[in-house]
Amino acid sequence: MKVIVDMDVCKDHGQCVFAAPEVFQINENGRLVYVAEPDESLRDAVEEAADVCPLQAITIED
Amino acid sequence: MGTTRRIVIAGASMGGLRAAERLRAGGFTGEIVAIGDEPHLPYNRPPLSKEALATEVTHEALAFRLRPAVADVAWRLGVRVAGADLDARAVRLGDGTELTYDGLVVATGMRPRRLHLADSTRPGQTRPGPVTGRHVVRTIEDARALRAELRPGANVLVAGAGFIGCEVAATARTLGASVTVVAPEDVPMLRPLGPGLGAALRRRHEERGVAFLLGRTIAAFLGETGRAGEGSRVTGAELSDGTRVAADVVVEAVGSVANTEWLAGNGLDLSDGVLCDDALRVEGRRGVVAVGDIARFPNPRYDEVPRRVEHWSIPTDTARHAAITLLADLGLAEPAATPFAPLPTFWSDQYELRLQSFGAPALGGSDIRVLEGDLDGEVVVGYHRDGELVGVVLVGMPSAAARYRAACSAAA
Ligand SMILES: Cc1cc2nc3c(=O)[nH]c(=O)nc-3n(C[C@H](O)[C@H](O)[C@H](O)COP(=O)(O)OP(=O)(O)OC[C@H]3O[C@@H](n4cnc5c(N)ncnc54)[C@H](O)[C@@H]3O)c2cc1C
Ligand code: SF4
Repeated sequence: MKVIVDMDVCKDHGQCVFAAPEVFQINENGRLVYVAEPDESLRDAVEEAADVCPLQAITIED
Repeated sequence: MGTTRRIVIAGASMGGLRAAERLRAGGFTGEIVAIGDEPHLPYNRPPLSKEALATEVTHEALAFRLRPAVADVAWRLGVRVAGADLDARAVRLGDGTELTYDGLVVATGMRPRRLHLADSTRPGQTRPGPVTGRHVVRTIEDARALRAELRPGANVLVAGAGFIGCEVAATARTLGASVTVVAPEDVPMLRPLGPGLGAALRRRHEERGVAFLLGRTIAAFLGETGRAGEGSRVTGAELSDGTRVAADVVVEAVGSVANTEWLAGNGLDLSDGVLCDDALRVEGRRGVVAVGDIARFPNPRYDEVPRRVEHWSIPTDTARHAAITLLADLGLAEPAATPFAPLPTFWSDQYELRLQSFGAPALGGSDIRVLEGDLDGEVVVGYHRDGELVGVVLVGMPSAAARYRAACSAAA
């Protein structure tokens, strides 16, 4: 599974972090960092992260 | 299963979409029909008062991703649900079609409240007043119409100092309009934020040139004389204290009204949205659930008082729980083991300011403390009830959000 966050759209809300902390994190500068190719076992969490992103900035490619 | 079962979703926006997804995730293989009176597939509303309003408003940019799991949902768009007979398990559509169902999801949300005022150009008459130039912000079409009038130099009057009013004020100001906000409260965003933070945000707006006329309401709209109510254009407003304000654009952001009319005649409590039990079932009606802004539910995290919550996180949270309840009522799943108890989450963007709210600040309005930072910069404000933290609001400080969210989630 491949995760892409449109960083021009992302506003560092961090909602994705609550849904999938293994994949998304807010760093000390308040910016989003994420794992681009997370393990398949995290799919549900990543799907949820994509759903709860207020900017709908996260896409998942299989 | 003998014949195919059908679940009807009334309202095809975020709540309706999330409900469809959760019903499929819960293993429902029957027919799902989602009926929406807007001509669009579900789209994201928050940008309509923020970035979309500042740029260009297109459905393409705002549409929610449609997961493969909901590819076979039958979307009936541009048609309204006109009525429902819950005993007969049937809905009637605006085009006269009748549709029976096994399960019903109420997801018709809210619409903006409008100001119905006397027409000052026709003394003694209560006409709706001038119409052109008066706006609300709920749909793509609303935002497009407003966007077209937010030119540099436009004179914008915002009625209402809640989140949507303040966001529109910020966006309009950024686009170069002059902006005046009128509201009955003495402080913007008073109820959700409390007086201290509300006043601090007012200063931020004023620094950028937004004028506030608070503690008063709009008594009448002023319009070009002519056939008032028939296309005449608004030129300003007269306030409750007699002040006259010139305006060529008015934005009414004075709260919302639940779209419950279609449920009338079924003996439901529709006094404020749709009253639900702690599993989001509509008042003990098996096979009928409500999701999103329209659902009034108790949150055992705080107390037993049923409330509606107009937060973006709620359609997703309610759909998750309501789908289980509905499938259990249809005998297709085990009911949820615990009552619905979401952590309310809200955000607002005004200029470059990011507000994030977790929990229920409004319940902790009598004991508000600055937890970190200061009110005129980046700040974390805590709202307490009986000494316990029930809500936090952060302005900026994104890296602290997870910590305070956890604190709110643990408390209560
Ligand atoms: C401008 C704006 C900005 C916002 N900003 C934020 C924000 O920054 N942060 C935040 O947390 N929340 C925000 N919100 C709130 C959030 O968008 C809502 O909570 C969310 O949209 C609710 O979704 P819903 O599906 O319950 O209701 P809605 O989105 O209102 O959907 C209801 C749908 O049902 C349709 N409908 C109504 N009656 C009928 C009928 N009889 N038959 C068929 N269809 C019908 C409606 O047309 C609509 O399409 C904002 C809302 C708006 C309008
Ligand atoms: S939720 Fe969306 S906007 Fe927020 S940090 Fe994650 S990707 Fe960015």
